[in-house]
Amino acid sequence: MAETRVIEAAKGWQAPNLRELWDYRDLAFFLVKRDVSIRYRQTLIGTVWAILQPLLLAVVFSVFLGHYAKVPSGANVPYPVFALTGMAMWLYFSQAMQFASDSTVNSRELIGKVWFPRMIIPLAAVLPPAIDFVPAFIVALIVQLAYGVVPPIQILLVPFLAVLTLVVALGAGLWLSALNVKYRDIRLVVPFLIMIGLFVTPIVYPFDTVPDSVQPIYALNPLVGVLEAYRWMMFPDAVWPGWLLLIPMATAVVLLISGAFYFTRAERSFADVI
Amino acid sequence: MSSDVMGVAPTGATAIKVSGLGKRYRLGGAQTDLLSERIGRRASTGSDFWALRGVDLEIKRGEVVGLVGRNGAGKSTLLKTLSRITPPTEGRIEMTGRVGTLLEVGTGFHPELSGRENVFLSGTILGMRRREVEARFDEIVAFSGIEKFLDTPVKRYSSGMYVRLAFAVAAHLDTDILLVDEVLAVGDAEFQRKCFGKMNDLAGGGRTVVFVSHQLSAVQRLCTRCYWIDAGQVRASGPTNDVVAAYLHDSGATQDGGVATIGPEVPRSTTGAVTLERVAMLGDDDQPTDRIELGQPFTVSMTFAVAEPIDDGVLELGISTADGTRVATVQNVDGDRPLLNLQPGRHEIRASFDIGLLPGELSLDVGMHRLIGLTLDFVERALTFSAVNVAHDGSGDRWPWTIVRGSLRPATQWSVREADAVR
Repeated sequence: MAETRVIEAAKGWQAPNLRELWDYRDLAFFLVKRDVSIRYRQTLIGTVWAILQPLLLAVVFSVFLGHYAKVPSGANVPYPVFALTGMAMWLYFSQAMQFASDSTVNSRELIGKVWFPRMIIPLAAVLPPAIDFVPAFIVALIVQLAYGVVPPIQILLVPFLAVLTLVVALGAGLWLSALNVKYRDIRLVVPFLIMIGLFVTPIVYPFDTVPDSVQPIYALNPLVGVLEAYRWMMFPDAVWPGWLLLIPMATAVVLLISGAFYFTRAERSFADVI
Repeated sequence: MSSDVMGVAPTGATAIKVSGLGKRYRLGGAQTDLLSERIGRRASTGSDFWALRGVDLEIKRGEVVGLVGRNGAGKSTLLKTLSRITPPTEGRIEMTGRVGTLLEVGTGFHPELSGRENVFLSGTILGMRRREVEARFDEIVAFSGIEKFLDTPVKRYSSGMYVRLAFAVAAHLDTDILLVDEVLAVGDAEFQRKCFGKMNDLAGGGRTVVFVSHQLSAVQRLCTRCYWIDAGQVRASGPTNDVVAAYLHDSGATQDGGVATIGPEVPRSTTGAVTLERVAMLGDDDQPTDRIELGQPFTVSMTFAVAEPIDDGVLELGISTADGTRVATVQNVDGDRPLLNLQPGRHEIRASFDIGLLPGELSLDVGMHRLIGLTLDFVERALTFSAVNVAHDGSGDRWPWTIVRGSLRPATQWSVREADAVR
C-alpha cells in the first residue's frame, strides 16, 4: 500500500527531489499568501507601497542625476520615464533575491520543528516581489504614456522577461539562502551587493555610457541584458539587445541548477546549524 | 472514555525499523560560522557528542509506542531523526507510509493571520494537501470550538483558544505514522481529555504513533509499549508499565502511592553522615497520596538516619517539574527559624505547604546541608507526584483555572480603587 522510505546518513551531492517539491506545492501557495497578506495588512499604505518605492526613487534620480548632474537618458525617452522603468525592474529583481536569501534563516522555527522540502522556502520567497512587480509595471506604463511614449508590440514579451528575471533571482537566492544558514555574513553581504548592482547595471544611465572596451565585462552582469531587453520591450526607439540577452539566460540556467544542487546538499544540516 | 481503545492488535507489518542509528553533534563553538573565521581553518576544533548511538527499534503498524527518559537522553533527537528534521550520522531508518510530525502546538501559526488562514497554512506545513484541509475544515473547526472567531487574527485569541485551534489542525493530520512530542501538555483539563480521546482514535484507526512525553501518566494511558532512552541508547523496552516502573525506579526511588523508600541503590550525593530513608507526601487528611488537587494543602514527611550529630543543619526541599526545572525551593531556616540540631538516630521532619500547584507532573528533591554549605545528603526526584486539575472541594469539578501555564498559583491579595483618590 504505502511505500517505504529509507533514511540514512547522506553523503556527497544528490539531485534535488522534484517530486517531493511538487507534492508540497500547496505549501508554497500558502507561504506566498501569508507573506503578501501580512505585509499589506500591517502597513498603512498597503499596496501603494509597491508603487511608491520605484516612483519615489525615480523622482530622486530624475532630480539629482537627470536634472542636476545631466546624466543622459536613453532610447529617446525623457529621463524620468527611463529611470522609472529601470527602477521597477531593479527593485523586482533585488527584492526577489534579498527575500530569498533571508528566507531560510527567517524560517528557522519551522525548520527545527517539522520536515518539508526546504527548497519551498526560497521558492515561496521570490514570488511576493513578482506580485509587487505587476502594479509597479502598470504605474511605470501609465507614466510613460503620460509622457507620450507608446510601447511597441514587444511589450507582450514582458511576462517572459519577468520569468527570466525571477529565475536568475531564484538561482542566486538558492545559493545565498543556503549559505546564509551557515555563514550569517551573507545577511550583510546581500544588501551591499544590491547597492553595487544599482551602479553596475544600466538602471539610471544608458548602456552606451559605458565605453565599448569595458562593455564585454560589464555585460557579464546578467541584469544588463535584462534591463536592455526590458527597454526594448517598453520603448519604441530602444535597440534589440541581441547577444546581451544570452547572458541572463545562461546565468539563469547555471545558477538555478547549481543553486538547487548546492541547496540540496546544504539543507540536510539546516536544523543542526540554523 | 472506553478502555478498549488499546485493543487494536498490531497487524504484524513493520511500520518503523531503526538499526544502528547514531547522531553526532559537534560541540565547542557555535555551529554557525562567520566566513572570516572559517577561512584558513578547515578542521573543527570542537569535540564530538553522540546524542544517539547504536539505537535499534522496531515498531509494528498500529502500535502506539512511548519514548521515556530523562531530559537530554536523546528522545527528542530520535524523534527529529525519524521525522527527517535532522539527518542521522550513521545507521538506517525504514518507514512505511506517510509520516506526520507534531513537535509543538501551532507549527507555522502566524499571529497576524486569521484562524481560517492559519488552519490552511499550518495544515499544509504539517504535510496536508490543500484539498485535504478543505475536506476536514469543518471537522477541525468543530473540534476546536472557535467557530465565531475564525476570521479574527489569532494574535487576539486567548492562549486557550490558540491551543485549541492549533491542536485541532494537528489532530486531523491523516498520516500513517504520527511522531508526537509533548503536545498534550497544553490546554485545560477538559481539552486535554478531548485530545487524549482524539489520540486514542488515531491509535485505534490503525495508525502508528510514536509519543514522547515527560508526563508519565500520559504515556501510560496512551502507549502499549515503551522504549526507555538513556544516554543516547535504548536502555529497556517492553510493555509500558514495566518500562515506566524501571525508569521511575532508576530515576528516584521505589515509590508506592505517596510513599517513596530511598534505598541504597538510589543515586545521591552524600557524605554518609545523614541518609534520607523515606519521603512521603500527605494530603490534608494526613493520608499518603501522589495526587494533589488544585489548592489542596499538603505535607511532606522526610525520614533521615543520622549517623553523626549535627547542630547547623539546613534542610532543602525543592519542587521540580518532570523536565527538571525547579519551580520552588524552601528551607527549614526560612523566616528566621533555627538550624536543625539532630542527634544520632532516626528523625522525621515535616514541612507543610499551602501554595496552589498548577496541574503537572512534579517531583520533590530533598537535601540536607550544613550552614557552611557542605551537602550531607541530596536526592533528586526522591518522590514524584501529580498536581491535577480537579477542585479541592469534594465536588470533583474542574477548577476554573482554565489557562494552566506555569507551575504555581500563589495566594495573592488584590485591591481596586479610584486612581484619582491616590493623588
